[in-house]
Amino acid sequence: MIDFLIGHFNVVAYVVLMMIGFYAMTGKTNLVKKLVGMNIFQWSIVLFFVSLGAKRGATIPIVRGNSHSAHGSEQLILEAAHYANPLPHVLMLTAIVVGVATTGVALALLLRIYKQYGTLEEDELLEKIHSAIR
Amino acid sequence: MNIRQSTIPLFIVAAPLLVSFVLPVVGRWRRAWVFPLAITALTISFGTSILTAREVLTSGPVQYFMGGWIPPWGIEFRIDQLGVLMLLLLSFITLLVAIYSKQSILKEVPDREAPFYSVYLLFVSGLNGIVATADMFNMYVFLEISSLSSYALIALGGGRAVVSAFRYVILGTVGAAFYLLGVGYLYSVTGSLNMADLAQILPSLYESNAVRVGFAFLVIGLSIKMALFPMHAWLPGAYSDAPSAVSALIAATSTKVAAFALVRMLFFVFEPRFSVELIPVTTLLCWMGAIAMILGSVMALAQSDLKRMLAYSSVAQIGYIVLGVGLANADGLTGGLLHIVNHAFMKGCLFLVAGAIVYRTGIREIRGLRNLSVKMPWTAGAFTVSAFSMIGIPPTCGFFSKLYLILGAIESEQWFFVAVILFSTALALVYFANVIRYIYFPREEHVTGPDNSGGTSDLSGLTRHEVPLTMLVPTVLLAVGVILLGLFNGEVVSQFLVPVIPESFLR
Repeated sequence: MIDFLIGHFNVVAYVVLMMIGFYAMTGKTNLVKKLVGMNIFQWSIVLFFVSLGAKRGATIPIVRGNSHSAHGSEQLILEAAHYANPLPHVLMLTAIVVGVATTGVALALLLRIYKQYGTLEEDELLEKIHSAIR
Repeated sequence: MNIRQSTIPLFIVAAPLLVSFVLPVVGRWRRAWVFPLAITALTISFGTSILTAREVLTSGPVQYFMGGWIPPWGIEFRIDQLGVLMLLLLSFITLLVAIYSKQSILKEVPDREAPFYSVYLLFVSGLNGIVATADMFNMYVFLEISSLSSYALIALGGGRAVVSAFRYVILGTVGAAFYLLGVGYLYSVTGSLNMADLAQILPSLYESNAVRVGFAFLVIGLSIKMALFPMHAWLPGAYSDAPSAVSALIAATSTKVAAFALVRMLFFVFEPRFSVELIPVTTLLCWMGAIAMILGSVMALAQSDLKRMLAYSSVAQIGYIVLGVGLANADGLTGGLLHIVNHAFMKGCLFLVAGAIVYRTGIREIRGLRNLSVKMPWTAGAFTVSAFSMIGIPPTCGFFSKLYLILGAIESEQWFFVAVILFSTALALVYFANVIRYIYFPREEHVTGPDNSGGTSDLSGLTRHEVPLTMLVPTVLLAVGVILLGLFNGEVVSQFLVPVIPESFLR
């Protein structure tokens, strides 16, 4: 069990972060804290992806093709195991952009909620909405 | 593998995307150009969908490689018969709703045309992209493009809409995050993001736990996006508080596209063997669909607000779609997919009618609809046709998808689900008949006495006062579409759906 946890520490780390985010989203009544929880939730997945591409002792995936040493470049191409996989990191660049956009939209909504109701506490907010209906 | 390549599908996604970036600039310079530009983009989208449909129907699926990179390394657009049906549906309905939205938005959200249509087009290109793409991560990006723009559109509704939109932001993002996590697990074992490539690699890895976990995350993520029963909490508020045109737009398209993506995952990326037998997710989907059908209908019954009733009815209709998918046989899947199309037409039409009533009278309460048939006969007619279709009265299209669903349930001898479909239909009959009664057969005792709907005086005035033509024509067109889809459902099924039913279902 311990070996499994240590062997998969990246998975353990992302699950712990994710649960912290999940707790903040469900357990907190303040909308800003919910948003922060949502962000932690998203970034935990980003970290998971980044850990997929990480490799001990690997180098950046750029092949330095020296035209006059044909022997060297051949070796470089053959030993693909020496390079880190860049694709998960590139994917996460896009996912981070998406996450920033989501945060932006959510913050804009929070501003409008605050202007309209004067509070960001969920219980007070629901009370005001219900009294407005009545 | 000789799939025809074509550049045309690119324009279905690119036209609205590019114009959406131009609109805010144009809006500062020439406000009058915003609406025509938006309509042009959507018309290009619709036109290219028709061209693609002609190509797909004559010579099979088409594909396009982004930047000329060959899959599985590059991003691929692949459009098969089901995809082209969805694209036709999306581009047609978004075009109609855009025409409708001109007057409606002018009244409900004045002075915001440029940002509104910019976000609208972004939403449309996101939806079209989800359908067109054959790349898992690309689908995530399009999913988020459409979701982010729908949050913004919903928040325009005023009043509680911001709070509903924020709730949707949180839940929608969790859904997308789960989807992304699923993609991550699949990528970590296969090293591929291309759907066709994954479909080839995965069968040898079905025993792997990572694949199973990834699959579970994909299904949960998409279920949140499509508001399947226990994850539906965001839907009623989002649909009923949004501006009228936005309600119709999102109700008709957004959850349907997520359902389409789920079908892609269940039966195309994974084999039916995996999603039916190795992990019995289809059985689970059947039950969640059945619960959604009953509870959605019961909640709809309890609503006094027309848009909120329609929103809860949407929860029930998603149940029908998921039940059809979950039955995992030819008739059931046909019914589920046909219901995606049918429900887009009828729910779009119903929300347009609700919007038209709000536009003319400001009434949202069902009780306030007395004598609507005299005041707005065409709108009332469109409502009645769509309501009949929701109940499932032939020859409207709703009848045929329910027929397929029942046939599918009988085929797999799930008698309980047959009963659930019939019971949910009975509930739909009750809540729509209630509205239709107010529209056509008002009881006299209701006219006198206290009323909180405010605008009753002009409804009881009994003068004919329809909405402007730009709003009426899209509504009536959708209602006509409901009947035409019903009459030609055989064509739709044989041309678009039969070719994509997995072979193992046909036996």
